[in-house]
Amino acid sequence: MRTDAVHTSFMTDHLDLLESHAIFILREVVAECERPVLLFSGGKDSAVLLHLAIKAFAPQNLPFPVLHIDTGQNFPEVIEYRDRVAKKAGARLIVAKVQDSIDQGRVADPGPLGLRNRLQTVTLLDAINAQNFDAAFGGARRDEDKARAKERILSFRDAFGQWDPRQQRPELWQLYQGKVNTGEHLRAFPLSDWTELDVWQYIEREEMELPSIYFAHERDVILRDNMWLAVGPFVEPRSSEPIERLKVRFRTVGDANCTGAVLSNASTLAAIIDEVALANVSERGATRADDRFSETAMEDRKREGYF
Amino acid sequence: MKLAHKDLLRLATVGSVDDGKSTLIGRILVDTRQLFDDQLDAVAAASEKRGVGDLDLSFVTDGLRAEREQGITIDVAYRYATTPSRKFIIADCPGHVQYTRNMATGASTADLALVVLNVAHGLKEQSRRHLVIAALLGVRTIVVAVNKMDEVNWSQSAYLSIVDEVETLAHELGFEHVTCIPVSALLGDNVVDSSTNTPWYEGPTVLSALETSDAGSWTTTNHGARLPIQWVLRQPGGGRTYAGMLNGATLSVGDAVTLLPANIETTVRALNAGSGTIERATTGLSIDVDLAAETDAGRGDLIATAPLPTVTKDFTATLCWFGETSLKVGQRLRLKHTTRVTPVRVGELSGVVDIATLHTDEATSLGTNEIGIVKLQTADPIVVDDYLDNRVTGSFVLIDDVTNATVAAGMVGRASFL
Repeated sequence: MRTDAVHTSFMTDHLDLLESHAIFILREVVAECERPVLLFSGGKDSAVLLHLAIKAFAPQNLPFPVLHIDTGQNFPEVIEYRDRVAKKAGARLIVAKVQDSIDQGRVADPGPLGLRNRLQTVTLLDAINAQNFDAAFGGARRDEDKARAKERILSFRDAFGQWDPRQQRPELWQLYQGKVNTGEHLRAFPLSDWTELDVWQYIEREEMELPSIYFAHERDVILRDNMWLAVGPFVEPRSSEPIERLKVRFRTVGDANCTGAVLSNASTLAAIIDEVALANVSERGATRADDRFSETAMEDRKREGYF
Repeated sequence: MKLAHKDLLRLATVGSVDDGKSTLIGRILVDTRQLFDDQLDAVAAASEKRGVGDLDLSFVTDGLRAEREQGITIDVAYRYATTPSRKFIIADCPGHVQYTRNMATGASTADLALVVLNVAHGLKEQSRRHLVIAALLGVRTIVVAVNKMDEVNWSQSAYLSIVDEVETLAHELGFEHVTCIPVSALLGDNVVDSSTNTPWYEGPTVLSALETSDAGSWTTTNHGARLPIQWVLRQPGGGRTYAGMLNGATLSVGDAVTLLPANIETTVRALNAGSGTIERATTGLSIDVDLAAETDAGRGDLIATAPLPTVTKDFTATLCWFGETSLKVGQRLRLKHTTRVTPVRVGELSGVVDIATLHTDEATSLGTNEIGIVKLQTADPIVVDDYLDNRVTGSFVLIDDVTNATVAAGMVGRASFL
């Protein structure tokens, strides 16, 4: 991470301050907690989080493993990216599979094409319990959803993994207080104050690599529930859903059967930044079926222990 | 399109319940087009479902189920806005007295407090409490939105009478910059666009007041550089650098520094930040420092430039108590100050602040949401500045030993108005 370049400019901008704050949080949690882990999905936010974690502890190795909750319904480009980036970072990658939770009878099998998004919570909490993790870093941002907008940077979870939005710890100044009792854990969100646009500007500034599906490409898609879904092993077109070949990209990365593509010609970071700056639909609103179930879909999932 | 680089302003809303804080923030976000279409649609749908009109702007920030059911704000909502020159981090804080801890959470990192008052109600006790806490927390700039002007028929005399009350209190509390603005958050008058209903008012709108205030003021005090050590990084070849976030003043290669509490004088040999090696670090940056002297410094120690802070185990502090049971003399807790955690004992309770008069009265215990002056004794020495001189080295939290709950916000020293 270190270069020999000497920066002569003494000005700091909002990206410098966001980066510094995130690094501060990463170091503070690692210092106060016994067994942290970083949740890494291969999406842009967790990619930025991993990038910041490497910076925070360079030139030493990453002082914690990275954990992916694998629904088995991911885009193959994202899994390839996940493995490559984790290896390059020298990180120990733990993959916890939702399929294993299904096979063990921990969750009901939704069928080969059913949504597995909500099932991830059980797999995540089981993985946290099994390895005694007391802190899990996540790439969630407060601008993503109105329930996330309410959450502390260090978010306390009880022994059942639950979040209680009415009983959050006061979080004053930058005195992040990470002490928990056995069985309880924290979620730590170093990107809390970043917006989607900040993330993209930072990725451009840092010249980071991302999964190819974030950039515009041609793909077979169908229109379902007002979302463009990629035709593939988890999305079978119904007779009323004609397949179209369109130029698309993905604004978020989730399961292939609940993450919609957006029509786009943005094939470079600069073009994506322009697009995001002018967007009139939020990234989750545009592309995530998992948030559409009810007014408080995210709050309900978070209370159960979701990311 | 090249996006210009921006500075960052953190602001918190302050004021009593039902005076319109969330509605004002909703109005700012809607009128500056910070909300996406689907978010606006969701607010409209929620408004209809709860029978509160076409678009209840408070639902923009009141995102929890219980908040929407009860029509109140329970916890801080963080929202973001950008204008061509500035990124805003907005903490929309609750007004209810039982959620004072959440209000303090939002205000503790604010550069500016956006005070919202109901023109018809004057300065309620809860508004006074919030202003006192904002002042205690070191906020120096307030923008006061005198709200619900539409309900008093845009009366200048009603506006002026509350402004008079606010300015008197603001002066007592030592705020340096006070801007009062007559607004209707509901209708949008003087929020983003100037109102035609207030021809007698010539000042800025709320947005332009926010855009022209000083940003980033709370990490810079020019009372010496402070680097609380968070983590020791081992460098190839056996050296060590000390990592932390800089505050107070800039730090440059070659600066004379003192490592505390060991009191070792040395100099800065090199500085690194996220971007690589740097010659000079500004406040708010996470850096790591290579020192000329060999030391055994570690987490909890502090690197400082003159004027130096104080090493102490016994000090006076102002407390906002959030615990559910009262604080009593002799009670033992844990204290987290910068990057050090140490056992602490309450040696003496010197007084409890009466919000109405700002006098401190004698007391034997400190109740929930009360503000008091205490003497504390720590097990290990801590390195402190008076809170007025530095918000990082002057602040601490108290932690319950059994539940690990954060039960108090503490400020070293005594505020000038107490």
